[in-house]
Amino acid sequence: MPGTQVETRYVGSIGMEVHAELLTESKMFCGCRNAFGGEPNTRCCPVCLGLPGSLPVANRLAVELVVRAALALNCAISPIAKFDRKNYFYPDLPKGYQISQYDQPIGSGGWLDIESEAGPRRVHIRRVHLEEDTGKLMHLPTGDSAVDYNRSGVPLMEIVTEFPPDMSSADEARAYLVKLRAILTCIGVSDGKMEQGSLRCEPNISVRPEGSAAFGTKTEIKNLNSFRAVHRGVQHELARQVALLRRGDRVAQETRGWNEARGETVLQRVKEVEQEYRYFPEPDLMPVHIDDARVGLIRARLPELPDAARVRLVDQYGLSPAEADLLTQTAAWTAYFERAAGLCGNARATANWMMGELARLLNAANLEIEQCKAGPEALADLLAMVENGRISGKMAKGVWEAAFETGEAPAAIAARQGEQISDADALGAVLDSVIAAQPDVWQALCAGDEKKLTFMVGQIMKQTRGKANPGEVNRLLRERMAGGAQ
Amino acid sequence: MEPLTQRSLRDLRDAVRSGEVSAREVAQAHLNRIAEAEPSVSALLAVTADDALTQADAVDLARSRGDAIGALAGVPIALKDVICTRGVATTCGSRILSGWKPPYDATVTARLRAAGAVMLGKANCDEFAMGSSTENSAYGPTRNPWNLACVPGGSSGGSAAAVAVGEVAGSLGSDTGGSIRQPAALCGIVGLKPTYGRVSRFGLVAYASSLDQIGPMARSVEDAALLLDAIAGLDPLDATSVDAPPFRAESAMRGDIRGLRIGVPTEFMGDGVDGPVASAVRAAVEALCALGATAEECSLPTARHSLATYYILAPAEASSNLARYDGVRFGVRAAGGFGHAGMTEASREAGFGAETKQRILVGTYALSAGYYDAYYLQAQKVRTLIRRDFDAAFKRFDVLVTPTSPTVAFGIGERSDDPLAMKLADVCTLPANMAGIPGVSIPCGMDRGLPIGLQIMGRSFDEETTLRAAHAYEQATHWHTLRPEVAC
Repeated sequence: MPGTQVETRYVGSIGMEVHAELLTESKMFCGCRNAFGGEPNTRCCPVCLGLPGSLPVANRLAVELVVRAALALNCAISPIAKFDRKNYFYPDLPKGYQISQYDQPIGSGGWLDIESEAGPRRVHIRRVHLEEDTGKLMHLPTGDSAVDYNRSGVPLMEIVTEFPPDMSSADEARAYLVKLRAILTCIGVSDGKMEQGSLRCEPNISVRPEGSAAFGTKTEIKNLNSFRAVHRGVQHELARQVALLRRGDRVAQETRGWNEARGETVLQRVKEVEQEYRYFPEPDLMPVHIDDARVGLIRARLPELPDAARVRLVDQYGLSPAEADLLTQTAAWTAYFERAAGLCGNARATANWMMGELARLLNAANLEIEQCKAGPEALADLLAMVENGRISGKMAKGVWEAAFETGEAPAAIAARQGEQISDADALGAVLDSVIAAQPDVWQALCAGDEKKLTFMVGQIMKQTRGKANPGEVNRLLRERMAGGAQ
Repeated sequence: MEPLTQRSLRDLRDAVRSGEVSAREVAQAHLNRIAEAEPSVSALLAVTADDALTQADAVDLARSRGDAIGALAGVPIALKDVICTRGVATTCGSRILSGWKPPYDATVTARLRAAGAVMLGKANCDEFAMGSSTENSAYGPTRNPWNLACVPGGSSGGSAAAVAVGEVAGSLGSDTGGSIRQPAALCGIVGLKPTYGRVSRFGLVAYASSLDQIGPMARSVEDAALLLDAIAGLDPLDATSVDAPPFRAESAMRGDIRGLRIGVPTEFMGDGVDGPVASAVRAAVEALCALGATAEECSLPTARHSLATYYILAPAEASSNLARYDGVRFGVRAAGGFGHAGMTEASREAGFGAETKQRILVGTYALSAGYYDAYYLQAQKVRTLIRRDFDAAFKRFDVLVTPTSPTVAFGIGERSDDPLAMKLADVCTLPANMAGIPGVSIPCGMDRGLPIGLQIMGRSFDEETTLRAAHAYEQATHWHTLRPEVAC
């Protein structure tokens, strides 16, 4: 080996800015409905279009939701919600400023705990504040640009992690976002839909040589609209920066966009100078007072948070921490699990089924569990039918797929498809005919060629069109083998 | 008989109500007057004759049917062009909003409509209410009815001149640093800036949000009070409007001013105040004392910082408020320029006038990182001190009396090259905006054929005492009865 130079090792630092649209009926500063999508520019008014003369009026529920989130993230709550103007020009920003919070965020100094392959870690949160969303810029095939203001003025919560960053890997970045989403959906402040942009995350990433005190130049990644994209994006960016430094190049301070198809980040905007936002207090809004009694009330009304639910699921149902993690990924998952497990009395089977078949189908159909037509009652019925042998595990999959598709009760589907045959006499008759048709195989099996067992079971299944109870078939076969050997 | 266009707003209201005249006759008489006087004064940017006659007919129909009619039914009015009127162009005196028709009414517009007032037109003003002479209008200056070579004051110069020449019985202006009171003084009418929060700003195109306030302009204190009555009150659409005890015009017009304690701040009577103006104000104080009030000199030591404070705060807020004029959604979109930035730059370059650009630049600078503490934050602190000075004064006095403007109307173009002299026109009115308190200007004398205005300032939300003092003075003097002789 030429020389014995040890290659420099680099450590990553990852901070995160997360924006979550709040689940309010109306927008942040006007009465327009807060909803996703729709015909462009059908949910706007003089206020969210920033027409001359219009004035904002703060949505109090939005303030309450941010207090709720800040409490769930262990933040201190500011006694007032004061708004500031963040000034910049962009076509999707109708007033030329965004109403936001600058020096007095509603929540500050919080944290949340994550667990990744590197072990447990506490991620500190610097601030949680309230602002308004912008419109959406669309580039038309004609080459023109158009703006849809339906999203303009939607209440938006920004959650920023503390500096210096606590996270150092893509795994941790994803774990943070998964946990944050679990909390926000659990407390009902966000629907957490990354693919619709109601939950958006912008990690900022830097690397530095191991042992170095100074942080490297950071880049920011946008356009990450799934957990997977976050993981891949951060991983790619860490690697890109390390490669640059190893080559002797420097990292430029810039905003990069994640290109899912190419699996890499691409330059969007160079940020050599800090943008000048000219913040000042919003003169059109009076500060909203958040008194202690109100904070106490909001705190008292917080539901069980994912961390607590996770611990309880492990204790109460004997699940592994990893399983409990999955089943507390959103409040809807936890509720679904507990309802189904309670009804069928088999937590283990419920957990397996949810993490396997249910997750698979939801993924394939790109649905949230809330949208699933087959509810926890259906799953409980299905698992009970498997347990008491009315249907086989294999058959259950088909029944479940049908129930998932149509919402029909599993019992009705199973009845139509024909239930499982467990009756010993009926199965015995089938077995007789299979032995009669395959005498050589039967003899070999009885002589100890265990491999032939699968073949025999398969023949019985074939004759019963899959309805034979496989456990019962096995039992019968063993019984006969024991008899045949005599 | 006195022509309809010379009669007071209250008279016209009563005459329509009693059936002495129809609302249509009143509207038509004023439209005729507009046709007669506009070539001389250029007070209006738009005359909405058809809409006005339709509104007037609706009043007459309602009355003939015996239906209830509003408190201002049939009263002809004009609105400063910074107040949104549904479907009627609202330009703010700026090219950048030329032809822009708001899809909604300002709260004050809606309230006046509901009260049955008949809007005859939109009044000229300095661009985005930035100015003291109405010379900054992109649509040309308005002329002072008392001397057509002079400015009417500003920024609500059109609203003032229209009332002074009898084009309308009353109007609304907006006042950020004196823009109602100063033109009222220069045109010899009554102009009231209410307490900040008394009148909804919803639909008032913002100049400096923390200072802007809409208020009435009329030929008598009572008429102004009636207008205020119709527009005041909490508005759920304006988070800075206040749920204060309601203002009632009648009670402000009742009772005398015996025992009223008047403070005369010396800072407003010193250098820079023209001799005849100072004399007229002293005479007015004596007249008030003759009615039973007591007067005493007092001091508002920080008030002299109002001008500097104002020229930080107002441009800072304006620089942000005016960012929305980017050519994307409304108003002028200039050709040329590449991409969004280019389009925005070209539109703003072509659409804004010089004074507006200057204030945007000053405000942008004042808000910039590194300057924020030295300018904007410091100005806010000074504003607090000014407010405290007023609080202290109002512990001893019920009202404070000063000149409205240190001089009478100046010539058109006379101060165009002297921005400081122009801005000094507001030196007496700015402090009330800083403190948020009400201030009214009423005629109190003449100098070389031009009116002198007396300013009376009161406690927050005490328009009643302020106007009672103004009304008592008015009843005891003849200044408010003088009329300019334009196109008569």
